[in-house]
Amino acid sequence: MAHAANEHEGGTRREFLYVATAAAGAVVGGAAVWPLVNQMNPSADVQALSSIRVDVSTVEEGTQLTVSFLGKPVFIRRRTPDNITEAEAEPIDQLPDPIARNANLPPDSPATDANRSSLDPTGVWLVMTGVCTHLGCVPLADAGDYGGWFCPCHGSHYDTAGRIRKGPAPENLPIPVASFVSEGVLELG
Amino acid sequence: MIRKLILSTAVALGLGAGAGLAAETGAHVTDFSFSFEGPFGSFDQSQLQRGLQVYTEVCAACHGLRYVAFRNLHDAGGPALSDEQMRAYAAQFEFEDPETGEMRPGTPPDHFPPSAISNAPDLSLMAKARAGFHGPAGLGINQIMRGMGGPEYIASFVTGFTGEEREEAGTLLYENSAKGAFVAMNPVLSADLVTYEDGTPATEEQMAKDVAAFLMWTAEPKMMARKQAGLTAVLFLVVLTVLLYFTNKKIWSTQKGEKKKHA
Amino acid sequence: MSGIPHDHYEPKTTAEKWIESRIPVLGLAYTTLMIPTPKNLNWMWIWGIVLTFCLALQIVTGIVLVMHYTPDTTLAFRSVEHIMRDVNGGWALRYIHANGASLFFIAVYAHIFRGLYYGSYKAPREITWIIGMLIYLAMMATAFMGYVLPWGQMSFWGATVITGLFGALPVVGHDIQTWLLGGPAVGNPTLTRFFSLHYLLPFVIAGLVAVHIWAFHTTGNNNPTGVEVRRGSKAEAQKDTLPFWPYFVIKDLFALAFILIFFAAIVGFMPNFLGHPDNYLEANPMVTPAHIVPEWYFLPFYAILRAITFDIFFIDSKLGGVLAMFGSIIMLLLVPWLDTSRTRSGRYRPMFRFWFWGLVLDFFVLMWCGGMPAEQPYVIISQLATLYWFTFFLVVLPLLGVIETPKTPPATIQEDFDAHYEAPAPGAGAARPTPAE
Repeated sequence: MAHAANEHEGGTRREFLYVATAAAGAVVGGAAVWPLVNQMNPSADVQALSSIRVDVSTVEEGTQLTVSFLGKPVFIRRRTPDNITEAEAEPIDQLPDPIARNANLPPDSPATDANRSSLDPTGVWLVMTGVCTHLGCVPLADAGDYGGWFCPCHGSHYDTAGRIRKGPAPENLPIPVASFVSEGVLELG
Repeated sequence: MIRKLILSTAVALGLGAGAGLAAETGAHVTDFSFSFEGPFGSFDQSQLQRGLQVYTEVCAACHGLRYVAFRNLHDAGGPALSDEQMRAYAAQFEFEDPETGEMRPGTPPDHFPPSAISNAPDLSLMAKARAGFHGPAGLGINQIMRGMGGPEYIASFVTGFTGEEREEAGTLLYENSAKGAFVAMNPVLSADLVTYEDGTPATEEQMAKDVAAFLMWTAEPKMMARKQAGLTAVLFLVVLTVLLYFTNKKIWSTQKGEKKKHA
Repeated sequence: MSGIPHDHYEPKTTAEKWIESRIPVLGLAYTTLMIPTPKNLNWMWIWGIVLTFCLALQIVTGIVLVMHYTPDTTLAFRSVEHIMRDVNGGWALRYIHANGASLFFIAVYAHIFRGLYYGSYKAPREITWIIGMLIYLAMMATAFMGYVLPWGQMSFWGATVITGLFGALPVVGHDIQTWLLGGPAVGNPTLTRFFSLHYLLPFVIAGLVAVHIWAFHTTGNNNPTGVEVRRGSKAEAQKDTLPFWPYFVIKDLFALAFILIFFAAIVGFMPNFLGHPDNYLEANPMVTPAHIVPEWYFLPFYAILRAITFDIFFIDSKLGGVLAMFGSIIMLLLVPWLDTSRTRSGRYRPMFRFWFWGLVLDFFVLMWCGGMPAEQPYVIISQLATLYWFTFFLVVLPLLGVIETPKTPPATIQEDFDAHYEAPAPGAGAARPTPAE
């Protein structure tokens, strides 16, 4: 392309036009790609299931309600005063896993009983995902050497605060995001 | 017996659903005006709430809304009930829990129940399954100018009973001017049938328009997002087209001059 | 690939040489992109790019829709509503896919009629034309089966009626229909096989498109004059042509962007205008809609199908309609041999032009009749229009070559170009190539 001497200004204008056109094309193309990516994110009906409310007013002391949440069982246990004192008495530094594993608290919170049962001030309610942290079996309630849960698959024993005490499981039973929206109504997620 | 059952169901559905028959002579659909018409129109939130009330208190006795979830009532751009209002609305209904098999109150992810009687069509999509406007002469120009006319058809239909009745095969049929035919549904609206919380006078036409607007929302809940995206896309493409026009002109200017007049 | 003399790709960097000596893909891309293109192409030569875009658009949106769609009669309708209501941007994807089919057919009809007018089917471009027609047939099959997938009333009854066409064939008709449906009536087996084929055929189309492009890159493009590019030398060819990039790529992209403005407006503001309201009712084998109307792009052929209301000798009207419908499309396939004129472009054929525009009008009349109820006066209008369609191809085209006196086309493409445009303004950048260059 032979450029005449007086063409410089025209050349700059032309280049600006080309760059602007290419940029506009890129923006339109990019905007068209986003829906193709975003459609794979969880849809509204799936998202709607990421939060459920559970009526726990009928759960009696010393029993537990198991609900299905996001495809996994969640244990909602109303503990007896004995359960609580027993769990509180345990020194944390003796525990196999000294971390609370409570999604409602900072990740490094210690595994005190108060941190395990943080949903209400009295510490009566213990809410945990009922999946053994070893290989994913569902532990049995009111079983094991520590009066809490016992996983029949490989013999992990959890105490009355759902903390691992004996057996192959590496961590305490995890506590999902949960809160009381009103008296007796627990919201998971 | 089964054949007879199928046959009578077919007859009932045919009369109740009576798809695109509206083109028949004598059918009249009034061109009601709605806030959501045109490229910039949007749903009127209080109208949708009134429409929900009419649906709940009147239509729901027979008709279902199976594709609409209670959680949608809380969605922005729709009736936008508050979270608590929506949950309270859902809790009025009872559902069988698929896991326990027990009855429990409705929750946000649950859907409205389906139609209570077999010949009442589901209303979720009715505003898109009916076209109020046609032609002229099969050219579709009226639909460009006035829209497809689904909500207009619904509003005209529920206010369009002439009072004429006829008995056919043991069923009482009612003449409807929007359909231009006798239909199995009986007239249900009468003035002050519902009491609107916002104090709007519940005339027959008001209730008809409100429920039609609500059903337009149930049929096309993403209409606002659609129009906004459409407008953005049009504007972007106009800019791109203008730029490409000048780029094209510039590129070709090295090869050709002005177009000759006589050519 | 092209028979037109042109520059060839020379790998420059080591990396380019490394690749090119192993697989000549860079050279292929270069030859395809820089192909010498007649410089007098007008705005009717943009549809190829629009069609390529449509195919890509339909494949891409289709693939993502499949991630949410369920091909089962009990779930199909619900899964489409799931896409419309719950999937992120699902409503946009579905409306683009549905209306994209319409844009596809608008473009293909414009493309076909452009080919007819400028004689693009004539030697040596018969294979390009035939492959194009196969693409069109595959498009019709794909669109038809795609329309069944939402499992609405029109989906179901459209499938019932169209597969019924095959039932009209003598002796084997019934068996073929049962084989197509996978049962005595449209049902779950039909839906699942239509889904499979609807997913498969677009890739077949893509393959055919590659062959289509290969064929016309071998012969070179036709152009409004119908005069071939001079091939004596590269210098001569360059007087008639310009490289595809950037001249025609930018021109086509401009046209595409312009068309997409209207497409975006349809999708954004009236996405259901081209659809049928009845398809928002779930399929019900017990109730037939009052009027079964195919999508608009099938209407002309649907009108021809219904125009045969009488028996022709031993052929009953049902079979006659089916034969007429398929025959009307076969006319297009045969057109390279039905047209006897030695002049390629309709621009220089006064009588052909008259009859051609009659055919365009006829196409729209048929389309209109196809959407109207099967009653008078539409039946008689469809019959006359059908008669015109067949007369054009079977009588007018062969006859015109004998009786018509064509005007003389310009000797070269350059001559045509210069007759239309002034020389470029001085200082507009690179000059037009002159014989001295």
